[in-house]
Amino acid sequence: MVKSDPTSPSKTTLALPRRSVTNALLGSTAFWLTRTSTAVARGLADEAALAPYKPVFFTADEYAFLLAATERLFPKDHNGPGALELGVAEFIDRQMQTPYGEGDNWYMSGPFKQGPANLGYQLPLVPRALYRQGIAALDTYVRQQYGSSFVTLPSAKQDIVLTALEGGSLQLQAIPGRAFFEQLRTNTLEGAFADPLYGGNRGLGGWLMLGFPGARADFMDWVNQDGAAYPFPPVSISGQTA
Amino acid sequence: MSTKHADAIIVGAGWAGSIMAKELTEAGLSVIILERGKEHTTAVEGAYPESIDELRGAVRKRLFQNLAKTTVTIRNTIDQTALPYRQLAAFLPGEGVGGAGLHWSGVHFRADPNDLRLRSAVEERYGKNFIPKDMNLQDYGVTYAELEPFFDKAEKVFGTSGTAYTVNGKVVGNGNIFAPDRSSDFPLPAMKDTFTAATFRQAAQDAGYHPYSLPAANASKPYTNPYGCQMGPCNFCGYCSGYDCYLYSKASPNVNILPALRQDPRFKLITNAHVLRVDLDNTKTKATGVTYLETTTEKEVSLKADLVILSAFQFHNVHLMLLSGIGKPYDPVKNTGTIGRNFVYQTITTSRVWLPENTHTNQFIGAGGVGVAIDDFNSLNFDHGPLGFVGGSPVWVNQAGTKPITSAVGTGGHGTPRWGSGYKDALIDTYKHSIAIDAHGSNMAYRDIFLDLDPTWKDAYGQPLLRMTFTWKDNDVRMNQYVVSKIAPIARAMGATRSSLTHLEFGQPFDTRHYQTTHLGGGAIMGENPQTSALNRYLQSWDVSNVFVIGSNAFPQGMGYNPTGTVAALAYWSAHHIRTLYLKSPGPMVQV
Repeated sequence: MVKSDPTSPSKTTLALPRRSVTNALLGSTAFWLTRTSTAVARGLADEAALAPYKPVFFTADEYAFLLAATERLFPKDHNGPGALELGVAEFIDRQMQTPYGEGDNWYMSGPFKQGPANLGYQLPLVPRALYRQGIAALDTYVRQQYGSSFVTLPSAKQDIVLTALEGGSLQLQAIPGRAFFEQLRTNTLEGAFADPLYGGNRGLGGWLMLGFPGARADFMDWVNQDGAAYPFPPVSISGQTA
Repeated sequence: MSTKHADAIIVGAGWAGSIMAKELTEAGLSVIILERGKEHTTAVEGAYPESIDELRGAVRKRLFQNLAKTTVTIRNTIDQTALPYRQLAAFLPGEGVGGAGLHWSGVHFRADPNDLRLRSAVEERYGKNFIPKDMNLQDYGVTYAELEPFFDKAEKVFGTSGTAYTVNGKVVGNGNIFAPDRSSDFPLPAMKDTFTAATFRQAAQDAGYHPYSLPAANASKPYTNPYGCQMGPCNFCGYCSGYDCYLYSKASPNVNILPALRQDPRFKLITNAHVLRVDLDNTKTKATGVTYLETTTEKEVSLKADLVILSAFQFHNVHLMLLSGIGKPYDPVKNTGTIGRNFVYQTITTSRVWLPENTHTNQFIGAGGVGVAIDDFNSLNFDHGPLGFVGGSPVWVNQAGTKPITSAVGTGGHGTPRWGSGYKDALIDTYKHSIAIDAHGSNMAYRDIFLDLDPTWKDAYGQPLLRMTFTWKDNDVRMNQYVVSKIAPIARAMGATRSSLTHLEFGQPFDTRHYQTTHLGGGAIMGENPQTSALNRYLQSWDVSNVFVIGSNAFPQGMGYNPTGTVAALAYWSAHHIRTLYLKSPGPMVQV
């Protein structure tokens, strides 16, 4: 359908090396610390502490699955980086350590009854449990079906498995495949496009692809420029630029 | 102020509660607002750049209701088992100081005069038989002429930007030719058109329609409102819906009313106070006060009051009435009772057009209330005679600021891939080059669409959840399909390379999984007859005369316009009559 857009920045180098990101952040530390920005301080600490990222919630096998599956959902291609390069798996692992991972604002009181799909999610599982049980059940299925793990399957076969999950034909023991797929897809896209503060969208690569300027949040002079592309690249909450 | 008694207790610190508190303290009353959520101070939580965070804001729902504590159950039809609304999706009630008025967009309409007396207007034009059986079409019991001064007052408090059509009967500008007459102009000129809105404006005009600037409670210039509260000019940052405005440009109770209220010694705001019930005397005709739970200590507290104002979100007001035994619960089988009757929503469908690749729509630019609309197919502005439905929709380009996560999650489906490289192509093309056009329409009330208490599920405090029985009816589907068909000539005039016109389908049930709109209404409606309305024309409970219930719960049917402007006007209308009539002679204000 679409294609190359001469004004798109997607052909430029997308990911800054991690070291230069950290240096860029440190360069602006004085400004931020005088504002006692906890978010930025946390980002700095995380950058310093984690290279390469070691998952905290997911086991090594689970994390390997995440790395492989998220890259199929959001692959590196002619548009720009994929989930691997953007740090999507790291983002998801970090999210599991937040209240969101525990479903903190979901109504999780029983009884749990299944109903028509349009009445919404009715499983007794918060994101952490959905991932843990879903990945294990999917691993069992893939090993039975293909004799190897999802991670070692060729990408065409990985896509067949993901398509079956999305289409709802696969039941992962107690979990409808579709529910697991939607959780994985949603978190993958969050990881590609959230502020880099959360570990994904590395080098602001997701925003560069879309032409989203991030936290600039001031377009007084660009309300209507008759369809011209907005000229400035993105900036993150912590001041990181691309 | 006594901590055991107030002249008036107000439940909920959103728009309605803040307006009522301001009016009643001005009248000399001591007023306590009980807010179950926490304090929200825009200067702190809304501060740039931390607030400009889509993941923490709109995606992880920073300002929205915590469903873990209380939610609703939903079913489509009366013979189904309702299931809990476990994750926020289709609609997003607020929580905390400011309520939904903190995270709203800012589209600030006055009600259409015909919409306030829709049964009468439809009968006059098409006869009684035009109204389908079991459609509970009703009049509000208050006219536009009566509400006009209160719409005017609300706009001045909100700092609303817009272009008028007529003021005191004289044409003053190129505003909405279908809009009713006004007693004064908007306090601020209309916001600038984004590129997408300007494109729509020209195309709609070329197609023979009558485009106008949406009235926006986003300040086009610096503004000081009648309470002395100040707003800064909007810079189109794109973070209105779901966010607190770091520039103080979007009107909110937190910015436009509470700063003045907080200085009044007669006013007290108690947060983390979840109201469990309105306490009634043994005749059930008088409220004695309320009982609430301090959610931080789990201690129950009872407060006495002469006047109780329910001004929580639409369905919380209905829930609290049912839990407290105010009035008679609606029974759809016997067609008796009024609490829960006429539950309504709004229809909204989003169509999309794509422009050529050298044309960038820059959808991240925006303001919540900004846009260009046509009303040619709203309300009774067109001939329904041959069409066979009641209601209508404005059609608009309302570029509120489209952000990447929401856009990414929403792209795909309807035959296009939802993942993989083809999906990325579609996402990037759509994000960079498309324009969304909404048909934001009315929803009529029906006998078997209602609210009651769920028999199974309970909230964190042991009280039954509210149960919604709701789905789309053919009337609204016909309306939506008709209006969406009118977008086609606009899309052509916009120079679309392709377009996707989306409409409701017959028999397609209401889907709780996808965001539609937070414009829920009805359930405790105002009207002229206590057999068919919970509240009289002053929003006073017919059954418990010292209880007033303010919100879109009062709407007998869902209108094509966004509700906040009408809720604010009704709050000022009710407060005015409490001040001028009720306080002099407490008791029922309408005799039947």
